[in-house]
Amino acid sequence: MASSGLELLWVSAPQLAQGIGRTLGISLLAIVFSSVGGFIYGVLRNLGVRWIDGVLRVYLELFRAIPVLVWLYLFFFGLPIFIGWSIPGFWCAVLVLSLWGASETGEVVRGALRSIPGGQREAGLAIGLRQLQLYGRVLLPQALRRMTPPLINVFTRLIKTSSLAVLIGVVDVIKIGQQIIERTYESVLIYGFLFVFFFLACYPLSAASRVLERRWNHS
Amino acid sequence: MSALIELTRFSKNFGSVPVLQDVDLSVREGEVVVILGPSGCGKSTLLRCLNGLELGHAGQYRFAGQELPATTDWRQVRQQIGMVFQSYHLFPHMTVLENILLGPLSVQKRKRVDAQQQAESLLTRVGLLDKRDAYPRELSGGQQQRIAIVRALCMNPKVMLFDEVTAALDPEMVKEVLEVILDLARSGMTLLIVTHEMAFARAVADRILFMDGGRIAEQSAPESFFSAPQTARAQQFLEKFSYVENMPKRKTS
Amino acid sequence: MAFDVEFALSTLPAFVSAVGVTLQVGFIAIGTSLCVALINAAITAFGWPILRPLVRVYVELARNTPLLIQLFFIYFALPALGIRLSGFASAIIAMTFMGGAYLTEILRAGIDAVPRSQIESGLSIGLSRWQLLRHVILPQAGILSLPALFANFIFLLKETTVVSAVAVPEILYTTKSYIALYYKTYEMLAVMTGLCVLLFVPMSLLLRLIERRLQHGQFGS
Repeated sequence: MASSGLELLWVSAPQLAQGIGRTLGISLLAIVFSSVGGFIYGVLRNLGVRWIDGVLRVYLELFRAIPVLVWLYLFFFGLPIFIGWSIPGFWCAVLVLSLWGASETGEVVRGALRSIPGGQREAGLAIGLRQLQLYGRVLLPQALRRMTPPLINVFTRLIKTSSLAVLIGVVDVIKIGQQIIERTYESVLIYGFLFVFFFLACYPLSAASRVLERRWNHS
Repeated sequence: MSALIELTRFSKNFGSVPVLQDVDLSVREGEVVVILGPSGCGKSTLLRCLNGLELGHAGQYRFAGQELPATTDWRQVRQQIGMVFQSYHLFPHMTVLENILLGPLSVQKRKRVDAQQQAESLLTRVGLLDKRDAYPRELSGGQQQRIAIVRALCMNPKVMLFDEVTAALDPEMVKEVLEVILDLARSGMTLLIVTHEMAFARAVADRILFMDGGRIAEQSAPESFFSAPQTARAQQFLEKFSYVENMPKRKTS
Repeated sequence: MAFDVEFALSTLPAFVSAVGVTLQVGFIAIGTSLCVALINAAITAFGWPILRPLVRVYVELARNTPLLIQLFFIYFALPALGIRLSGFASAIIAMTFMGGAYLTEILRAGIDAVPRSQIESGLSIGLSRWQLLRHVILPQAGILSLPALFANFIFLLKETTVVSAVAVPEILYTTKSYIALYYKTYEMLAVMTGLCVLLFVPMSLLLRLIERRLQHGQFGS
C-alpha cells in the first residue's frame, strides 16, 4: 500500500501540480490584492474623514460578519443574475478573497498606524512633507514592524480559505484530488496528501509570524 | 523694518472653547520673542497656529508680508518656519542624518551634496557630528533635542518656533539645549520661544509676551517684565516661579 | 427577473429548520471545542511531559489546515478505514478539531497574561497546583481572554457554513439544494443573504460592543 500509494502520487504528480498551481494562484493573487487594498483602507481610515470612515466601516462590518462562503455563492451565483455577467470560478474566488482579505489586512494596517504617536505626524508636517510622503516615509515604515506578524497570519488564513473555491466548481488541488479518488478509491491517501499540502503551505508562515512577533514586539 | 509675522485679531476655538482670542502680534525679523504664561493659556496653540498644525477661526495671519488664509498651501509656509517640539519627535526608523535630510531632499528637492554639507556643519555647530549615523534611541534626550533643532534649521527657515523644548529633559541636559538656542539668537535668527525657564527667558528675549486665558495680557522688554510686571496675573505668575528660589530656610544656622 | 415571493415564502419552513441546524452545529461545536481547550490548557499549565508536546502538535496541525480538508478527511476518508460517520457527526468532529485548537491558543495566551506574582502569591498561601489553576489562574485568564473567546465563538458559528459541503442541511446547503431543484437562484440567494445578515451581523456588532466594554474591564469595574 505504501509503495503503491507513493506510486499513485507520482503518477498523478502532473495533474496535482496543476491543481496546486490553481490553489496557490488564487491565494497569491488574493494576498497581493488584499495587501494593496488593505494599505489603502488603513491609510484612508487613518485620515479621519468622517464620510470615508462611514463607508469603510460598513464594508468592514459586512465582510467581517458574513461568512466567506456566503460571499462566494453571492458573487458566483448572484452576479450573473444581478449584473448579467458571470465570472469564472477562479476569478470569482480571487475577487471574494481579495475583498475579504483587504478588510482584514486593512484593520491590521489601521491598528498599526494608530499605534504611532501623533507627534510623528506633526513632526513630518512641520518639515513640509505632503500626505503621501508623510505616510510613505514616516508613518508606514514605522508601522511595518508592528503589522508584519498579523499580516502574515491574514495571509495564512487566505491560503486556508482558498480551499472553499472547490465549492463553486474551481478545479483546484482538492477537485483534482477528488477526481483521482473517483478513479482509484484512495481517499485516505489523497486527503492525507491534501492535509499535508495545506499544512506545508501554512505552517512556515505561521512560524515566521510568531518568530517576528517575538523578535520585534518584545524589545 | 517690516514684520515677519503679523497676527491681527487672531482667534481659535477648540469646539466651543476659545483658546486664542483677538491676538494681535507682530514679530520683526531677527527678533527673539519669549512667550510666557500659565499652562492652558494658549501659548502652544499660538505656535501651532503659526505653521498651520492648527487653523485659526477668525482674524488675519500675515507671514513675510503675505496674507495666509486657512486654505493656504501650508507646506510652502512650513518650509520657512522651523518647529521644535517638547518631545523631539525624531523619526525612530531613521538615522540622525536621514532625519535631518528628509526635508531638504524630499520636500525642497535640494542636491544631496549641498544638503549633507549643511547638515554636517550644523551638526558640528551643536557638537554632535560624531552621532551622524546613530539612531535616535541611542541618544540622550538632550542630544535628541539638539538633533531636532538641526533638523528644523537645515530647511533654512526664516523663523524658528520652540515649544517647551526643555520641558521633557532631565535638568542636566537643559543647558546644552538652551545654549544652542542662545547661539541661534546671537546669530540674528528670528525666534519664538515658549518656555518655563525664567532665567533663560530673561537672558535671551528681546521681548516678553505674557499670555493668559487665550489673550496677550502684557508685552514688554524682559527687564521691565521681570522687575515690574504691569498686570496682577503676571505678578502672581512670577511669584509662583520665584517661590522656589526664595524659599525660606527651615533651619537658621 | 421577477421576484417569486410565493416561492420564497414556501421555502421558509425549510430555512427555519436550516437556521436551527446552523445554530445546533455551532453551539455544540463551541461547547466541545471549549472542553478540548480546557483540557489542553490544563495540560499546558501543568507541563505534563508527553502530553504537552502532543498538544502543541495538535494545535499546529489544526490551525494550519483548512476546515474543509479536515471535514472531507473525516467524512470521505475515514470510511475507508472502517469508520463511517454521518455528515452531522463529521461536522461536529471537524469543527471541534479546529475550534479546540483555536480556543486552546486563546486560553494559553490568557494564562500567560496572568501576572507571575499571582501564581507566587497563590503558592505562598499553600495552594496546590490544581487549586492554583482553578481558583487563581483560570478565573483571571478567563476574563482576560473573554473578548477573544467571544470572537472565536462567532468565528465558529460562521464556519458552520463550510459543513454544507458534507450535506448537513444548514442554511447554505438548503439554499444550494433549492437552487438545484427549482432554478430559483434569485429568490434563494435573497433568502440566504437575508438570513445571514439577520444572524451574523447582530452577532458581529454585539462582539464589537463586548470588546469595547471589556477592553479596560477588570474585576470590580
